[in-house]
Amino acid sequence: MATAAVENQSRVHYLNATYGIKSWLLTTDHKRIGLLYLVSITFFFMIGGAAAVLMRINLIEPQGALVQPETYNKLFSMHGIIMVFFFLIPSIPAVIGNFLVPMMIGARDLAFPKINLLSWYVFMAGGCCTLYAIIAGGVDSGWTFYTPLSTNYLNTHVLSAAIGVFIAGFSSILTGLNFIVTIHKMRAPGMTWFRMPLFLWAIYATSIIQILGTPVLAITLALVAVERVFHVGFFDPALGGDPILFQHLFWFYSHPAVYIMILPSMGVVSELIACFARKRIFGYSFVAFSSVAIAVISFLVWGHHMFVSGQSIYAGLVFSLLSFAVAIPSAIKVFNWTATLYKGTISFDAPMLYALGFIGLFTMGGLTGLFLASVAVDVHVHDTYFVIAHFHYIMVGGALMGYLGAIHFWWPKISGRLYPDRWARFAALVIFAGFNLTFFPQFILGYLGMPRRYATYPPEFQVLNVMSSAGASILGIGYLIPLIYLIWSIRNGPVAGPNPWNARGLEWQTPSPPPTENFEETPIVTEEAYAYEGEEVPVG
Amino acid sequence: MWQGFPLRPEQASTIARGIDHLYYFLTAVDLFFTALIFLTIFYFAVRYRRRPGNEKPAKTKTYLPLELAWTIIPALLCGVMFTWSASLFIKNSRPPRAATEIFVVGKQWMWKIQHGNGRSEIDALHIPVDVPIKLTMTSEDVIHDFFIPAFRVKKDVLPGRYTSLWFKATEIGKFHLFCGQYCGTGHSQMRGWVYVMKPADYERWLSGGVKTQTMAEAGAQLYEQYGCITCHGTGKAPPFVNLFGTTVQLQGGQSVTADDAYLRESILFPSAKIVAGFPAIMPTFKGQLSEDQVLDLIAYIKSLRTEERNSSK
Repeated sequence: MATAAVENQSRVHYLNATYGIKSWLLTTDHKRIGLLYLVSITFFFMIGGAAAVLMRINLIEPQGALVQPETYNKLFSMHGIIMVFFFLIPSIPAVIGNFLVPMMIGARDLAFPKINLLSWYVFMAGGCCTLYAIIAGGVDSGWTFYTPLSTNYLNTHVLSAAIGVFIAGFSSILTGLNFIVTIHKMRAPGMTWFRMPLFLWAIYATSIIQILGTPVLAITLALVAVERVFHVGFFDPALGGDPILFQHLFWFYSHPAVYIMILPSMGVVSELIACFARKRIFGYSFVAFSSVAIAVISFLVWGHHMFVSGQSIYAGLVFSLLSFAVAIPSAIKVFNWTATLYKGTISFDAPMLYALGFIGLFTMGGLTGLFLASVAVDVHVHDTYFVIAHFHYIMVGGALMGYLGAIHFWWPKISGRLYPDRWARFAALVIFAGFNLTFFPQFILGYLGMPRRYATYPPEFQVLNVMSSAGASILGIGYLIPLIYLIWSIRNGPVAGPNPWNARGLEWQTPSPPPTENFEETPIVTEEAYAYEGEEVPVG
Repeated sequence: MWQGFPLRPEQASTIARGIDHLYYFLTAVDLFFTALIFLTIFYFAVRYRRRPGNEKPAKTKTYLPLELAWTIIPALLCGVMFTWSASLFIKNSRPPRAATEIFVVGKQWMWKIQHGNGRSEIDALHIPVDVPIKLTMTSEDVIHDFFIPAFRVKKDVLPGRYTSLWFKATEIGKFHLFCGQYCGTGHSQMRGWVYVMKPADYERWLSGGVKTQTMAEAGAQLYEQYGCITCHGTGKAPPFVNLFGTTVQLQGGQSVTADDAYLRESILFPSAKIVAGFPAIMPTFKGQLSEDQVLDLIAYIKSLRTEERNSSK
């Protein structure tokens, strides 16, 4: 161990190749840019999380335990805007994807390293605009910016928040573009499409959505800004506009955006399950193509956000049918992951616990989506806590669990150090328990009729709200534990070595932390991904 | 149900029971698959855990029949859910012809309800039990949403257009009315109660309160006050008698049914649709009439029926 530590110090790798703030702020190394994103989105996660904590405290009492409705509305708007646009959307693609896409295909960097750095600056510029909106007094439009409320009725900082999201969108487009070109053009010799790890298929599908969907959001927010500032009537009927048009445009991006958040996590889970069960992913090509199918169908289901908006009955029926259709590829993935465990040799390290947690919570989130696709039932549960519970099961139970699983799996590669595994497994269990206690009661609350975005509520809903708030405090602690031991491990963790999990995949064939150029020689790929089967687990 | 800890709201309309049945079915499917996945994972996790004697993963091949099975079976189940839900939705979306009409205007942050005889109320809706009710709704500012959990009905209330909602209450009592669509600072206070009463009590309630005109009477007054009569009463502009519900021929060969939405648009945006054979001389009344007054005028136009039409109906 001691000699390994010395070796780790003396060897030149991406973290110690150059020093100083400037060497980070001007880096074009995809790994360092990934870390810039990691620090930035952790910061945004804490802001969004703080807003959630204050909301849950307020909801302990029917009359509001903490703040006035005006402030509560700002809290949920801030929570939604920050978590969606500044945490979840960049989370896996911009942090893990940046770090891994070149390493997984055996390349030295992304296709456009400078554009990659630019995307981080664009992201931070957008983030600063949104932070300005919060510091200057807040915004209470909700993350959905529904018109004509957002354009002509609110006196808060809608404009700077919208501009922030608008700018951050370009970062998302640039990242997606970079990944697509890189995956097409820079694969190492022998790395055919069907030898790629499924994480790359997921990132590829995500990138397609990012570059096709995000411009629509940008246009929509630009129209909101023009209507708000110049009173040109696009959406407000008082100016001759149509408020429903906004919803069509907004959800045309924002429903696929849900898949921007969940698809990368699905990719991560494929990697983790394969490694810790030591199996090739069962039905590899079905899992790969289901990612593409999800990306395509996700563009055709936006109308299910508008079943009660007054759109025609027939539009409602078509969108209902298509929403059921998008459930099928998700189901295929869950079944194949489960089958991957069959006849494996399964170990339960922390990343695997997150992956199994993902499957469980995503299954529940996906299945409750069927209630919302059923247009008749959706009429009742639309805009209630049922919807809140459903999408938190997908976005937090799914996307965030996947992100934490990824961080725990690749942390030894990123930092060169191991974290305390017992603490990590404990944190995974705390998060799983806290999550369910927070969000499961909300399904019941929603069916009972409690509308979302309520600062105050009728007293009969109090018991379930208190349960939810209690769960949130457990969940909050669960998130703090990894933050502490991961930071601790940077200096104090045992040295990881190149491949602590005995995992397949090119990223594990290079030292940890990797050298700036990733590989000393370009690797040549001769086998399919996940070639674990038939080989005894090396004793680590 | 479990008394102290209900899992669903009261079933207080004809729609509620059907929705709950589908909800139970979905819950059963949901529980079945959740249990299936959880138990399978749990079994595999124990059976194939890494331990001495199980350190070598076996080779397995993708098994096409299995892949097809878990694609086709969920697809068929989704087909069943869609068909069930779609037929229920179509049924629930169509109000019966004989429904009593009540008018709703949403406004930051209150509900203004107007009954046909002119009685109006704020944040409360009194209705008779076992009588189909159709709400015609609009908003004076932003999007609101009229939500009665006990009836399992909900519909957005939009500025600039009419949406409608119908139900038939089956239980006498007092039920929550919520605004479901976030509408600004006072959103969570935009709540009220629906009072379902015996028909006789409802009639008594309807005739009580501050004595007012019926909506049609109020509309008739506006009709004179705003000078509508000078054109529409003299043949310079289309007459209103027997107009409602008929098909109107427009300039340019199109036609439109004279419903609430058409009448509202013609009052506020007269140049949008010009009746064939009449000059486009009508000024807009946008900004001069409130949404309530527009509803009064429409009620007045609806009331203008000759006896033959009424009896033939």
